[in-house]
Amino acid sequence: MAGLLLRLAGSLPALAAVIVVTFVLTRVLPGDAATYFAGPTASAESIAQIKAMLGLDRPLPEQFWNYIVALFHGNLGMSLTTGQPVLTDLAARLPASAELTLCGLFVAIGIAVPLGIAAAVRQGKMVDHVCRVLVTAGVSLPVFFTGLLLVYVFYFRLSWLPAPLGRLDAFASPPPTVTGFFLIDAAIAGEWETWRSAAAQLILPAATLGLFALAPIARITRASMLAVLGAEFIRTARASGLSGVTVIITYALRNALLPVITTLGMVFSFLLGANVLVEKVFAWPGIGSYAVEALIASDGAPVQGFVLTMAILYVLLNLTIDMVNRALDPRARRGS
Amino acid sequence: MMAAGANVLAVDGLSVAFRTRAGTVAALDRVSFTVGKGETLALVGESGSGKSVTAYALLGLLDAAGRVTGGSASFEGDDLLRASPRELASIRGRRVGMIFQNPRAALNPIRPIGRQIADVLRRHAGLGPRAAKAAAVEKLREVGIPDPARRAAAYPFELSGGMCQRVMIAIAVAASPALLIADEPTTGLDVTTQAVAMDIMARLAAENGMGTILITHDLALAAERSQRIAVMHAGHIVEDAPTAELLAHPRHPYTRGLLAATPTAAGTLDDLHSVPGGLPDLRRADLPPCRYAERCERRVPGCDDPLAWRELTPGHLVACWNPA
Amino acid sequence: MKGLAAPLRHARFVVTENPVTGFALALFILFIVAAVFGPSLAPHDPLASNTAQALQPPSGQYWFGTDQLGRDIFSRALVAARLDIGIAAASVALVFAMGGFAGLASGFFGGWTDALVGRLSDTIMAFPLFVLAMAIVAALGNTVPNIVLATAIINFPLYVRVARAETTTRRDAGFVDAARVAGHRDMGVLLGQVMPNIMPLMVVQMSLTMGYAILNAAGLSFIGLGVRPPTPEWGIMVAEGASFIVSGEWWVALFPGATLMVAVFCFNLLGDGLRDIVDPRRRT
Ligand SMILES: Nc1ncnc2c1ncn2[C@@H]1O[C@H](COP(=O)(O)OP(=O)(O)OP(=O)(O)O)[C@@H](O)[C@H]1O
Ligand SMILES: [Mg+2]
Repeated sequence: MAGLLLRLAGSLPALAAVIVVTFVLTRVLPGDAATYFAGPTASAESIAQIKAMLGLDRPLPEQFWNYIVALFHGNLGMSLTTGQPVLTDLAARLPASAELTLCGLFVAIGIAVPLGIAAAVRQGKMVDHVCRVLVTAGVSLPVFFTGLLLVYVFYFRLSWLPAPLGRLDAFASPPPTVTGFFLIDAAIAGEWETWRSAAAQLILPAATLGLFALAPIARITRASMLAVLGAEFIRTARASGLSGVTVIITYALRNALLPVITTLGMVFSFLLGANVLVEKVFAWPGIGSYAVEALIASDGAPVQGFVLTMAILYVLLNLTIDMVNRALDPRARRGS
Repeated sequence: MMAAGANVLAVDGLSVAFRTRAGTVAALDRVSFTVGKGETLALVGESGSGKSVTAYALLGLLDAAGRVTGGSASFEGDDLLRASPRELASIRGRRVGMIFQNPRAALNPIRPIGRQIADVLRRHAGLGPRAAKAAAVEKLREVGIPDPARRAAAYPFELSGGMCQRVMIAIAVAASPALLIADEPTTGLDVTTQAVAMDIMARLAAENGMGTILITHDLALAAERSQRIAVMHAGHIVEDAPTAELLAHPRHPYTRGLLAATPTAAGTLDDLHSVPGGLPDLRRADLPPCRYAERCERRVPGCDDPLAWRELTPGHLVACWNPA
Repeated sequence: MKGLAAPLRHARFVVTENPVTGFALALFILFIVAAVFGPSLAPHDPLASNTAQALQPPSGQYWFGTDQLGRDIFSRALVAARLDIGIAAASVALVFAMGGFAGLASGFFGGWTDALVGRLSDTIMAFPLFVLAMAIVAALGNTVPNIVLATAIINFPLYVRVARAETTTRRDAGFVDAARVAGHRDMGVLLGQVMPNIMPLMVVQMSLTMGYAILNAAGLSFIGLGVRPPTPEWGIMVAEGASFIVSGEWWVALFPGATLMVAVFCFNLLGDGLRDIVDPRRRT
């Protein structure tokens, strides 16, 4: 528990940095926030009016203070496009993004980790070459382009999967909200028809994200597995006659996963960014497409709220990674 | 099974080659020796002479590049060099234990030491999880770890090097093997810890009749702890004799060089510079039959004949055409 | 330039040993030719619309087909090379200068310089990088220089790390002290002794980030930030073609997307190859 608090405190600088940067980006830099808030067709005096209303005519320190106070009240401003408080919009759309990102991550891990292990265990063999090609090709894929390719093949050509239009097909209605994750909520409610629909809609975008995140995970798994397999304690395990499974899984893999987990931080950075592009391709009603719509409408508050949310999420994810790492690595646990 | 003399292990003509980009390394050439029941054989030689490769070859742990190119190793009726991977897996840890240099690196860094011992016990003693756990604590006590029940939950990084080496020993002998191979078990330990570790091994050898191969740089240690010494040089065993006999009457020029350089047999081979020259490059195609010939001051024309091992006095073998 | 002989020999060895690097090099030259001479090579006017010829599939006349306005996709993809590669190259050059110098200074001087540069890197790394790039372009305005700047900023920590690590090892190796003792001023030592030594790794870093920079710029354009239509740019072209994918006009998005992909692939391969030349140990 004390460890948890300590870790939380450890991520405070990152949070502070995020808050300062979003403030600087929206209030201090030449891009005029009031023009954003006023909308594209506003006249000069309505801009001035909005400036006064938003407190943008105040000295910067005061503005910053007000900004922080508003943040602590959960006040992220209003969206001009939806007419709702940004916080409400984000809260309503966050589960969609989270469900997609997590599914993408699971797809990536589910393929990349076994592939990386196989490539390391059978170094120089077929799997290894496949792994290397996938890794090099994987980091070169524009994620929005892969998404479109998958849509063309699996929707237009093969008709195996539904059109890329959101989380559910037109005939299904969302399950009663518990977690906001349709797959979970539909399962809780026992609405299997809805579940099927949600799953079908989710497959392509999740696969797109998964393909994207696969490369870095496979590469680091292979490299760290190779390093561990050459370690002296693996030789000890072999010399002790432990079974192949015990050696590879219990001894090698557990150790090899530590660097993989650490790299997940970087993977998440990519994944959250790619999420925005994938949401646009699949008309996915998450916070990424919310931000993109707001950008097009020059609607400032939602963009700012989105950036803040993403950054806070990212800080929290890094915190989680750190905790998992501590749980798995006694040296990290007792080291500090 | 136990024939006269009760050898646990009889290695005959073991040869190993590594294929590398720069050519084939003839790492071992016709290595032969025996280890009797309860006997400790010391394998000594300078760095790179092939001591570790001998140990790895016996347990089938060579790198992918390494290949056994000849010989046999008869161990309690089985030939280790011809055993299938399955047979080997049931021999390793159960009938042959091995201790490695640098004990901390040789232990799994993120698994409690008790679990690591229990893994071996579950595999070889057929114990269930709980019984194995209890037995692991018992093994820790046997190697003299204080407060073993608590220490069983410790990780290697929480223990001193000496403690780690005791854990290593506990793992190696957990299943009461008939043969223990200890590859430089005391390097890096302080003198007292060295003695303690060696005492533990000696006690187990005496109690269970376990044969031991003690691989070391340290002539003093070999002199004190072994019944026989085999001297290795560039992949050859150049001299093999009972310890007292070898120390008193070394016959091979290399052995004499070693001993002359350490008059009280108290130093280690590492600080020897008085044996002139270095090991020959084992990748050479034109390796002389005697790999010491190029460094040897007793060289005679006969040295170009194929190398042979001759028993000069009973139990004292030398690979030299002009022994002292 | 006797010192170059060995690296050159090694380079030739790497290219012949690894045909993939040779292939990437050929592709690279192709893209550079497209970027330099694209507009004069294009068979059609990339901006001329011709509604009579809208959404034509690939043919002898229109190699990559035409888009919804009847513009020749091949010409547009060809001409776009200059903008896409230009943005990436400019941002990489910028971050090379900024991040390289910051890393150099932070490794060399340590102390508060190091702390300051470190905080700056940490702040950038606190964001998912693409999201930060979005935020920067949204705040500064939707222009090409701002895309260049945003792309440079998100790569900043990477360059700092490489330059700093190299500088620290050089400094600890002692020859910096030697230069100081010989009476050189700090800046002189930094620029004269340290910089040339970390250059090779920084160049490798540049070629490795080029691909990512192209992807990033194209991604920003894809969501409507950055380059605006009708300017030919790969990301925008894919975005424009996206709506035609579901009705079967695949070529509108496929060709620009594939061009983008091949370009990124080529730079990544080249970066790997270059790293093998400069730093053979780090080969994976
Ligand atoms: N993987 C390998 N590839 C090529 N050659 C090898 C390999 N492993 C060992 N060798 C060669 O085998 C020879 C013997 O090595 P070995 O490790 O057995 O020496 P050693 O006597 O144990 O030395 P040390 O006292 O330093 O442990 C070395 O000269 C080395 O060149
Ligand atoms: Mg050795």
